[in-house]
Amino acid sequence: MTAEFLTAGDTALVMQFGNEISEALNGRVKEVKDALQARPIDGITEVVPTFRSLLIYYKPEVISFDRLVERLGGISAVGGAVSKKSKKIVHIPVAYGGVYGEDIDGVSEHTGLSIADIISIHSATEYLVYMLGFLPGFPYLGGMDKRLNAPRLKNPRTKIPEGSVGIGGEQTGIYPLASPGGWRLIGRTPVKPYDPSRTQPFLYDAGDYIKFFPIDFDEYEKIKRAVDDGSYSCRTEVR
Amino acid sequence: MGIKITNVGPVSTIQDAGRTGFMAFGFQASGAMDKTAFNIANILVGNDKDESAIEMTLVGISGRFTSDAVIAITGADVSPEINGGSIPRYMAINVKEGDVLTCSFAKSGCRAYLAVQGGFYLKKVMGSYSTNIKCGIGGYMGRPLKNGDLLYFNSVSPLTGAIENRKTDIPVPPAFPVEIRAVLGPQDDYFTDGGIAALFGGEYKVTNDSDRMGIKLDGAAVESKNGVDIISDGIPLGAIQIPASGKPIIMAADRQTVGGYAKIAVVISSDMPLLAQLKPGDTLTFKRASLEEAQRAYFDGIEKINALQAKFGRLIPPPPAAAAKSGVAPQKSIMERIKKLWKG
Repeated sequence: MTAEFLTAGDTALVMQFGNEISEALNGRVKEVKDALQARPIDGITEVVPTFRSLLIYYKPEVISFDRLVERLGGISAVGGAVSKKSKKIVHIPVAYGGVYGEDIDGVSEHTGLSIADIISIHSATEYLVYMLGFLPGFPYLGGMDKRLNAPRLKNPRTKIPEGSVGIGGEQTGIYPLASPGGWRLIGRTPVKPYDPSRTQPFLYDAGDYIKFFPIDFDEYEKIKRAVDDGSYSCRTEVR
Repeated sequence: MGIKITNVGPVSTIQDAGRTGFMAFGFQASGAMDKTAFNIANILVGNDKDESAIEMTLVGISGRFTSDAVIAITGADVSPEINGGSIPRYMAINVKEGDVLTCSFAKSGCRAYLAVQGGFYLKKVMGSYSTNIKCGIGGYMGRPLKNGDLLYFNSVSPLTGAIENRKTDIPVPPAFPVEIRAVLGPQDDYFTDGGIAALFGGEYKVTNDSDRMGIKLDGAAVESKNGVDIISDGIPLGAIQIPASGKPIIMAADRQTVGGYAKIAVVISSDMPLLAQLKPGDTLTFKRASLEEAQRAYFDGIEKINALQAKFGRLIPPPPAAAAKSGVAPQKSIMERIKKLWKG
């Protein structure tokens, strides 16, 4: 798994590890991202980790393309030898069904699973955040149990409420902001995956894991109030 | 004080150099579309080149100044007037409290910039003044400007001495089709030789469907080998995406951070300002550039702007380091403060 470097205009390059979605490739991406965070390279202005590559923005007046490739290549060569990194899991409360997850009945029809089964299967997995994109804090999650697969809605909603948790095909995710979308909504979280007024605006980062836990509607309201006055923080676990 | 806006045009927003450091979280870069015109406007009034300014699209804003100010208008030719008399673009201008600014439909170009000495009285959100409409943050209350908005300036007593010398040459409107240079990659291997030849051979027209996110083109379709879908990866500024239709889309300041269409080439940084000035219906051709050529042009651009900043100097001193690093600022509180100011 050696890295390949592609030009992406005069102030960015792509460092790519392969052409598939896998935890192993994404792990290499995370290693490089973490290495650049720990020991920044002068001239890099921004790093966008994705499924199997990183888009690296740089200032050519500070570091040349060739020199940057050389430095990044050094990181990736070391990468394989680095021992297994710790795993960060962010626990996110979700009120499933009802007004919060209007499509859970539809998912139940499609999958043949009871609503209780949907909730227990959906909240049992530690989902890898492959990358963030589409919306600020929108996680591209891997690892959803195939039994939950449900096609997108034929008529996408013009507005999905902030915090909605949905299923779209083989994927699950959270809408951090109100947005149009075609995913089937199964629940909603009272926490804000993205809040510009927090010192750390995002709850999770690419390479972290998300685990959902079911709450009832009363708890939803209680946590929502705590979130609004700034007294709630998600439990994070490092293993 | 500031400027009370009476006619805002189709889309006017506060922008600066853009929001860096948050793309990894899915946060688009934002920032001025024509960085050169934006930088020049700021330099002329004595600001740092990246101070907040108003970006106007197709039609310039009109409004009444509620205090004396030094302003400069650059970019598209929106025929600016003060109290009914035309004023030069690309030149610092003294305006008095009560003066009325009127701008019109752009005679040439698409985006104009209004900078004021000292910048606008706004708070940075996540390190930037740029408006991010999608997330409703930054700029003025996180949204495009509206008629009736009152924008405050940081400077209440502008330095007006000898500003008549603070001017630059007005750029000559380009001949069409405009030549736009691009560097191949990152996914040029997804396209046939014929597809690549089509991109660099044909003439493309800017469609109505173009905005700060992307400039959609009409013209020869670019043929791919086996489709254009890729595993979503990062989208650099100026990326020429080829969707299933084969018609190129150039990704601009408000682009998504990641996307699933193959990118055949990337427009060179120095030519992004040219693109920003194209209106729907304007035409362009692409010319292939090597990375070396592209970076040479980029260095030239930096040198020119730095030379201009050095020539005119700054009338407004840089903020203390601590203030400049304020970083993540709660937007709500400033919004509430502004609302109170209006009512009170």
